[in-house]
Amino acid sequence: MTVHEALEVIARNRGEQIVITTMTAVAIWPELSDTPLDFAYMPSAMGQAPGLAQGLALASARGVIVIHGDGCTLMNLGCLVTLAHTPADVTLIILDNALYEVTGGQPPAGAGRTDFAALARAAGIGRVYAFSEHNDWQSLGPQALNGKGPAVIHLRVEGRMGQKAPRPHRTMSDQIQRLREAICR
Amino acid sequence: MITGSDFVAALREAGITDIPWLPDSELGRWESALAAAITPRLIRVCREGEALAIAAGLLIGGRTPLVAMQCTGLFEAGDSLRNFAHDLKLPLRVLVGVRSWRAYLQQQTADTCPSFTIPIIEAWGIPYRWLDGTMADLLAALNEPGPRFYLLPE
Repeated sequence: MTVHEALEVIARNRGEQIVITTMTAVAIWPELSDTPLDFAYMPSAMGQAPGLAQGLALASARGVIVIHGDGCTLMNLGCLVTLAHTPADVTLIILDNALYEVTGGQPPAGAGRTDFAALARAAGIGRVYAFSEHNDWQSLGPQALNGKGPAVIHLRVEGRMGQKAPRPHRTMSDQIQRLREAICR
Repeated sequence: MITGSDFVAALREAGITDIPWLPDSELGRWESALAAAITPRLIRVCREGEALAIAAGLLIGGRTPLVAMQCTGLFEAGDSLRNFAHDLKLPLRVLVGVRSWRAYLQQQTADTCPSFTIPIIEAWGIPYRWLDGTMADLLAALNEPGPRFYLLPE
């Protein structure tokens, strides 16, 4: 499945949840959704979007979907244990393209072999899903996206070469302000 | 000496709602009091950069967190600190236990932690203050706005 196909399913089924995008997804997501509950986390701290999502979910009592990559998840695998230990309504989606896409397409350690779903289960996450086919993701994605978090969804997607680091359409301060206004309503 | 119950009382008085933390031996003395408290909520993390990320989400969501870590964890957490304090401009407040500081002042330690803590904090451009170990000082510190480091000499 392509990244675009993977994200379309999320956009159709996210409901009123906050969506935090990172890296590759930052460039594509605005074609699918542009609401105050969409937060393009760029510039970012490497691997730290799940923690940001967990804090937001604990603070706002609203579900948070965080769209992460395989490389950045590997930089902070402890986030799975932290999320299981202090449960919050967070759905961590790992787009696994087996590439560091914006640095020239180099493979991360364990590229294509790492079983993120097994890692999530071993960390204590109760709701864990894995999809590699678009049809399966389309049919079962709504259920996976709408249960109570914490949840982890591992999606194998096609890698793309020649990508550059995306830039969000809004400044960080604008994004924070409109997200705060939306969650305080 | 500030006890665990003193610490929890100070956090409550200052309006601290959550404490993402990874303790060291000094901060760890307050563990049982923090764990027993409903407010502030103790949030255990695996690494210190993660504690800053959770605090960032809490701040955006309207809560008032205080992060607690040892100076060694501060060294690890640089990318988070750079991003959340400077890119997102969030008023993070962080309590840092400075390992071997007292021995360092007396030139009685080979620990390299204390010699790097202040230069690194100053490099990040975030204000800091030393705590003197009294409740009055702790309360005054916690009422200062972030971003800010509170340094606990160990």
